[in-house]
Amino acid sequence: MNRFLIPFGLFIVVVGFLAVGLTLNPRELPSPLVGKAAPQFSLPQLHDPGKVISSNDLKGQVWLLNFWASWCGGCKDEHPVLIHLAESGEVPIYGMDYKDQRNEALGWLKDWGNPYQIVAVDAPGRVGIDYGVYGVPETYVIDKQGVIRYKQIGPLREDILKTKILPLVKELQQQ
Amino acid sequence: MRWLWVLLLLFPCFAAAYEAPPLAANPQAEARLKALAVELRCLVCQNQTLADSNAPLAEDLRREVREMIAKDMTDKEIIDFLVSRYGDFVLYRPPWKLTTTLLWVGPFLLLGAGAIGLVFALRRRQKKVTDVTISEAEHNRVTQLLSEGARRP
Repeated sequence: MNRFLIPFGLFIVVVGFLAVGLTLNPRELPSPLVGKAAPQFSLPQLHDPGKVISSNDLKGQVWLLNFWASWCGGCKDEHPVLIHLAESGEVPIYGMDYKDQRNEALGWLKDWGNPYQIVAVDAPGRVGIDYGVYGVPETYVIDKQGVIRYKQIGPLREDILKTKILPLVKELQQQ
Repeated sequence: MRWLWVLLLLFPCFAAAYEAPPLAANPQAEARLKALAVELRCLVCQNQTLADSNAPLAEDLRREVREMIAKDMTDKEIIDFLVSRYGDFVLYRPPWKLTTTLLWVGPFLLLGAGAIGLVFALRRRQKKVTDVTISEAEHNRVTQLLSEGARRP
């Protein structure tokens, strides 16, 4: 009996580790930027390339920075969630058009709706590198002092908004 | 007619062939980029290095590293730049830290556990072998069988 108990115990331990491993998403890496100042940027605006949007202009409010692109499939998945959030008016969303073509991005927003206050254009993807973006869509919650408080990797979902992002935004707005 | 064929075969000699141009104008910078890129992970295709990957992000990161090399930044500065943005995961060889101790020590722990298990198993087996006692009759039978076997050609 004892002879089988030890291998069986080991088997259970291995199964336990594998079961936990299966529930983890290897694409979700902890960002070292959470808790640090959001990298500065100063970029042309998508709708008005003559104008510049700078991260300094956005200080003093809690805001979301959403990296997206017209070529990105996950962005379309999360788009209704963003539209819904923008309609609720709970937190301003700023877009970062990441490595995209201007006319395609404009067409995308025209077709599907524009949830953003302002969209900045990061055509070479440099601001994306500063923010540690490795797969759009990614969304950052930035507080009044300009510190990153949360990073969402992959599409936003209603349940993530309700359980994580909106409570955090409310807390940060009261500070 | 034959001369025409020879002439035709010689024709490719006149085509000028060039060596593929290096990725950077400066071969030293390119060597540094290569050395760094095999130590860095592509965040998109996570089991490839920055050198292997042709994901757009990997291309951008190679461009970024190339520019940092051109700015005469040290390897450590370049790696710190990437780690501060992407975390330790960008390194192909994870650093020694409290959180990575198990990762580095784990295989040796498993090896040790296996060695200990082996020692115990061998000891137990040794006991089993010595514990067997045979009677006088069995002993005689063994001797008889062995001597019979020895007599056979």
